[in-house]
Amino acid sequence: MTNFLTIFRREFSAYFATPLAAVFLVVFVALSSGMTFFVSGFFDRAQADLSSFFTWLPWLFLVLMPAIGMRLWAEERRLGTIELLMTLPVQPWLFVVAKWAAAFAFAGLALALTMPLWVTVNVLGSPDNGVILASYIGAWLMAGAFLAISACISALTKNQVLAFIGAVIVGFIFVMAGFDLVLSAVRPWAPDALVQAIAAMSFIGHFQRITDGVFEASALVFFASLISFALWLNVQILDARKAS
Amino acid sequence: MPNGHTLVETRALIMRFGPVTAVDGISFSVDRGEVVGFLGPNGAGKSTTMKIIAGFLEPTSGAAFVAGHDTRLDPIPARRHLGYLPEGAPAYPDMTVADFLGFVASLRGLTSRQTSNRLAELVESIDLAEVWNRRIEALSKGYKRRVGIAMALVHDPDVLILDEPTDGLDPNQKHEMRTLIRALAPSKAIIVSTHILEEVEAICTRAIVIARGKMLADATPAELLARAPERHGEDHQMVKTTRLEDAFRHITLEQAGV
Repeated sequence: MTNFLTIFRREFSAYFATPLAAVFLVVFVALSSGMTFFVSGFFDRAQADLSSFFTWLPWLFLVLMPAIGMRLWAEERRLGTIELLMTLPVQPWLFVVAKWAAAFAFAGLALALTMPLWVTVNVLGSPDNGVILASYIGAWLMAGAFLAISACISALTKNQVLAFIGAVIVGFIFVMAGFDLVLSAVRPWAPDALVQAIAAMSFIGHFQRITDGVFEASALVFFASLISFALWLNVQILDARKAS
Repeated sequence: MPNGHTLVETRALIMRFGPVTAVDGISFSVDRGEVVGFLGPNGAGKSTTMKIIAGFLEPTSGAAFVAGHDTRLDPIPARRHLGYLPEGAPAYPDMTVADFLGFVASLRGLTSRQTSNRLAELVESIDLAEVWNRRIEALSKGYKRRVGIAMALVHDPDVLILDEPTDGLDPNQKHEMRTLIRALAPSKAIIVSTHILEEVEAICTRAIVIARGKMLADATPAELLARAPERHGEDHQMVKTTRLEDAFRHITLEQAGV
């Protein structure tokens, strides 16, 4: 546990070692509120809910989460510090989990900074706060899933730009999995079960069920298992490709 | 079988990267009190051998032992006995020297009291006081190297593996580094890689010559010197070389079939 906290603290503070963290947080809050007010027309809808905010989150996360996650392992490879970490008397999975957890906490901070929106809808009307809370939790978990994918791809390269692009592409597949664009490409040749399985991978599908107020434990389980799987894969990648 | 003094042992290490055999059947052992110099041309397999002993790479075949623990089957106990300075002394540029060494000490399992005592010692012996609260990215190459040494020494390990510890240092810094290694030697088993031959004479009790992944010699510096070919008239030499350089060239070129 001490080791976990040591790594977590180092990783979390690494985000703030450069102005990057501040820039990221400003961009995230500006974009998410911009989408809410100008693109979705928060006021024109005249409804006391935050669905105009949550609708855009999967798309924002698709680009912004890889930006947080790309450095996790690629940077260690580039600096050569991976050699240092992997020769310490610490199990590699602990680094994987603690690094991801630090990125996850950072994403949580970014989400927390959008709370004024929540306050605003409560001032203007009486929204279903249970749904909003569930949506925030769902959004955070979805961010965690994007981050776990980014960390995994970051472990494959020492080039952060490649890690970013790779993570956006894989993330895009998960976001689009429920859309006909993807499904119609698979349907003609794949068995029905596979089409169903791909559709079930959809980030937007799972997230929407939460924001629609259908509190679905299965959606939370989906994101949690995807995170676990990606982190497990991350450990395997490090094990197989220590030297780059 | 390793005796009570043997701290590092490798048995028929082989490391292949695709079609390239980087390490080809290297076996040796190092006892407490020895400073073994890895000598060899660039790309000879010195770093790869060190990475295997440090447990960063797994050998294709063969085994390495640190303090009796197999580095592949029993990695965590092996790593507890080992201090390793990778090539280029990597460190986090955004951390201060104090934070970085504290971070490593914590992951090495030192309590905060032990850490502060140990770091106070290291500040003295490695002379880091001046840069203690500076970010590592702002340090000179010499100081970076010293931070790397301090990182490897944080837990006072029995085994020290230093990959080119004096590379890029100026003559004064090189001298200091050698003095430090000599001071550490009696209580530890130390392996140092270098391609600077005078270094071997200055600090090593034994030299292992490696080229193209193979061990060509394992001898004291004096014995290596004895293998230098006779010189035929000093005045024919275009470039002044030392006797040890002659020996090194003789041994490595012989293998290459020149």
